[in-house]
Amino acid sequence: MQNDLQNYENPRDESRRDFLKQSSLLSAIALTPGAIRRAAENKWDEKIADEMGKVPLSLEVNGVPYNLKIDPRVTLLDLLREQLHLTGSKKGCDRGQCGACTVHADGARINSCLSLAVTNDGKKITTIEGLSRGDELHPMQEAFIKHDGFQCGYCTSGQIMSAVALVKEGRTQCAEQISEFMSGNICRCGAYSNIVKAIQEVKNQQS
Amino acid sequence: MNPFIYTRPADTGAAIKSLSRGNQAFFLAGGTNLVDMMKMGVVVPEKIVDINRLPLRNIEAVQSGLRLGALATNSEVADHPDVLKNYPLLSLAINAGASPQLRNMATVGGNLLQRTRCPYFFDLTMPCNKRAPGSGCGALAGFNRMHALFGASDKCIAVNPSDMSVALAALDAVVHVRGAGGDREIKFEDFHRLPGDEPQLDNTLAKGELIMAVDLPPSAFTKHVHYLKVRDRSSYAFALISVAVALDLDKDNNIKDVRLAMGGVAHKPWRLRASEDFLKGRSATEDNFKQAAQIAMQGAKAYQYNQFKLKLAPNTILQALKTASGQV
Repeated sequence: MQNDLQNYENPRDESRRDFLKQSSLLSAIALTPGAIRRAAENKWDEKIADEMGKVPLSLEVNGVPYNLKIDPRVTLLDLLREQLHLTGSKKGCDRGQCGACTVHADGARINSCLSLAVTNDGKKITTIEGLSRGDELHPMQEAFIKHDGFQCGYCTSGQIMSAVALVKEGRTQCAEQISEFMSGNICRCGAYSNIVKAIQEVKNQQS
Repeated sequence: MNPFIYTRPADTGAAIKSLSRGNQAFFLAGGTNLVDMMKMGVVVPEKIVDINRLPLRNIEAVQSGLRLGALATNSEVADHPDVLKNYPLLSLAINAGASPQLRNMATVGGNLLQRTRCPYFFDLTMPCNKRAPGSGCGALAGFNRMHALFGASDKCIAVNPSDMSVALAALDAVVHVRGAGGDREIKFEDFHRLPGDEPQLDNTLAKGELIMAVDLPPSAFTKHVHYLKVRDRSSYAFALISVAVALDLDKDNNIKDVRLAMGGVAHKPWRLRASEDFLKGRSATEDNFKQAAQIAMQGAKAYQYNQFKLKLAPNTILQALKTASGQV
């Protein structure tokens, strides 16, 4: 796995006219006269165009390398949940306002809902599924359980991913600083005070 | 989201060329604003030129000061030792905006180009001259609590949402851009524009021009600075009013130099030059600060729901000046 982002010169990026020419040429090859009606029924034209629009993507998720070809519209969150079946990262607002989708990209916490998956080429992604070592939970997961840092649990994986990054960033000097630098993770149940306690415990374990 | 052609060029020349070839072509950096707008249908790109691998991420000392590469993230800038030491105002402003996750994604160039958060701009069922020129301004006689006090037109009363840009305006930053015709520099105050009759244009970039870097000139404002942001909750919300203050005080508490800029009040970061001129050479007293705050409000025009800003703005200026000068 390489960490350098690779450039990807899209062959379709010449002009729209070239693209249309190219796609109708492919259609012409694909279709013999007798097959035209069947092709139309099966939307082959669209399927060929879809396939042509796909972009190669190599990335590592929780230590597992993936070489994929994906639609460039797919966000990192949708790739994780819908294609790699890692459903621990949650879709809350899908607009970068709630933090439920928080993952680490090359160690930095990000909102995976606002990151097109293809822009993560060459990166190492860590999700909530990648925190534990087998049955042994990450200290932050243990601390959230101990301090009751959640009620419904929907925001929890994002809270924990954000909290793990927060401790690494050293933004744990006081409760106010923890709150400020956890402000990208919303909890509608209001477990905030217990989340702060969980983070303080992990910080104290490490110091 | 509509389909688009995705391309990730190897160098700036190829990126600029690719953009100029496309209709509705957009550069993509952190994506925190653009991807959101694409999901909402506010912008519908036919082509996305991913510039994330271009070598524009460095933060380095140059002869003219400190150069922030266009792809340096907001977090990298806010935490950079040279920024913390010589431009602490910038660090404060950046950390007042968005969330840690977004600041890890958002870039210098993208921050300059972020669009307004006016609700009418984001609501496709509403008129908005910025999104759909000629359709009208929904905010003018609508819900305009967040909107402008200065420099608006009857076509648009939206405000620029950036915190970072308020500090960059105060610090006399310079934007370096590259286009098909070559390189040029834009003074920060000339980068964003007022809405006038063309509110669809947020800035003075020409089509196909790419932001390469933002330069900060040498600064004496290393000590007495403050960024005060007033919003509906204590963190992670856009500004109702924000004020960037940088003071250079002598040992007798006289103001040798001062910079003042306001956010949340105009279509661009709003530099308070008349207030600066008043304060220069005067002593850093509450009375002078109050007068400077009143001077800043000359020409202010409020709408139905943002009348409160006429009082909030001078109060925020006063408080920011007091905090920056150590008179909390």
